[in-house]
Amino acid sequence: MARIFAFITHKSGVVDDTAAELAAAARKIDPSGSPTAIVTGFGAELDAACEAVRPLYEEVWRVASETLHYPNAELIRKALVKIVPPGSIVLVAHDHFGIDLAPGLSIKLNAAFVPDVLTIDGAQGPALCVVRQEFGGQVNAHVRCDISSGAAITIRPGAFKPLENDAIEGAVIDKSGEVGALTAGRRYIETVAAEAGEVDITKHALLVSVGRGIQDKDNIAIAQELAGALGAAVSCSRPVVDAKWLEKSRQVGSSGKTVKPKVYLACGISGAFQHLAGIKGNPFIVAINKNPKAPIFQVADVGIVDDILEFLPELTNKVRDLRSVAAK
Amino acid sequence: MEILVCVRSVPDTSDNEIALNGNGTDIQRDELVYSVNEPDNYAVEEALQIVAKLGGSVTVATVGTDEDEEVLRREMAMGADHGVLLADQAFANSDGRGIAAILKSFVKKGHYDLVLTGVQAEDGAAQVGGMLAAMLDYPFASLVNSIEVFDGSKLKVSREIEGGNKEISEIDLPCVLSIQTGINEPRYVGMRGIRAVASVPVPTYGLAELGVERESVGPAAAKVKRVDYFVPTMGNGAEMLSGSREENAERVLELLAAKGGLK
Repeated sequence: MARIFAFITHKSGVVDDTAAELAAAARKIDPSGSPTAIVTGFGAELDAACEAVRPLYEEVWRVASETLHYPNAELIRKALVKIVPPGSIVLVAHDHFGIDLAPGLSIKLNAAFVPDVLTIDGAQGPALCVVRQEFGGQVNAHVRCDISSGAAITIRPGAFKPLENDAIEGAVIDKSGEVGALTAGRRYIETVAAEAGEVDITKHALLVSVGRGIQDKDNIAIAQELAGALGAAVSCSRPVVDAKWLEKSRQVGSSGKTVKPKVYLACGISGAFQHLAGIKGNPFIVAINKNPKAPIFQVADVGIVDDILEFLPELTNKVRDLRSVAAK
Repeated sequence: MEILVCVRSVPDTSDNEIALNGNGTDIQRDELVYSVNEPDNYAVEEALQIVAKLGGSVTVATVGTDEDEEVLRREMAMGADHGVLLADQAFANSDGRGIAAILKSFVKKGHYDLVLTGVQAEDGAAQVGGMLAAMLDYPFASLVNSIEVFDGSKLKVSREIEGGNKEISEIDLPCVLSIQTGINEPRYVGMRGIRAVASVPVPTYGLAELGVERESVGPAAAKVKRVDYFVPTMGNGAEMLSGSREENAERVLELLAAKGGLK
């Protein structure tokens, strides 16, 4: 079995949750093997990250370089190509960094690229069998990959439960000397924080969240009326922001806000994983969607197959009736 | 600036129910409407806006079959100067790496300052742009949500990272960028626009014209193969309300009150 590496991301020394998930995924590929973590960075931050990874991996490869202080995918790819033996399997989280790194890495390692893996069924000789999602999560696919010359695999964040085993005291091995000087055609300048909007959707207990099913900018008013009657805030999924119907600060998801409401009304939202990743705290989810196969129905508590443009005004009327009875 | 945009025709599944064929080897495609992959459309719009400011031309290319000429014509109706179909029997059933190898050969035939792709297609793999860049030894940035041209030799790009934050970098030309949706507002294409480009020739390049190595494409070269599709069952699934619209609305209201969602 090929050697398995997990590339660990960290922010200023704070290791990402996916570090433990990649360790779990590695065991699914090779239950008897022992994956190796690779951590890059500089100074005290790198030391802190390596220390945080030691309980998860028996071996931690530390690559210290001032040029790797910010995780630039091109520089890290070049570093990995220098230190990873041919035929290895490299795991990385399927997030904005993994998407940047892994496809090109697979080319430079002459290895298979296996993107956004949800489940690993196991290896059979040179073949690795995994499950992926296609069509926005409407269908899954069994995929068979030839890993005889190695693989770069991105793992869906949250898909693998961290293992509950005894803490390891991993050995930190310094690989900095093998990397040498690195240059890249892309150079990091700065990170610009997301703009705060007029409404903070992260503070609301009830969200009326609209997706592509709202169909038109003018229909946003339908959701706003319901939210007004309920005392809720209007949030949305990505297509609504892409279409400029609502501002970015209203977007729930991995590239938007993370919300923790008590109740989440998903209206015309299909339920792509990037959207679901922004809903935390296990809220009660009511989903309304015209498509009975929409993935949102798999995670919702209650589902209604209906056109939100018809259903939401009906619900608004019911709320108003209730309020007027209560007022009397 | 000479810009190549790699596009793809995909079934429009945003509002449609997807069903599997009898043995799960494919989805039922007969009823589905094909259109340009959404992020690719943003990539074409971005290319058109850059060329409108700086001059140059926009070429759209797709790896596909004769039927995919339609998607090229749609993007040409938006304003792309040239459309090229990369089609050959040998290209069928290529994996992402095979597609990138075909595109690489096409890029090598021309002189492009900038190559754009959409961030991902219907398979959610987000792979071809990054692979193509590595094959060409060009710098790459994924999830790009703004482009500013510094000068003739480099760009300032923003990538969409977690929480709506933006990672700003400079990147040398030539480079490959994968474009995220929302970067711009793609222009509308009407029937008139489509008709206007109906007689513009769209050349087809195959294996021989491109100089693609046969062993780098097609099913034999594919390291990653789909075995079958299946419909996932995640969690317990929702309790589906099957009453009238009015009954359902009343039930939702009761639930909102019970779950603390009503103030």
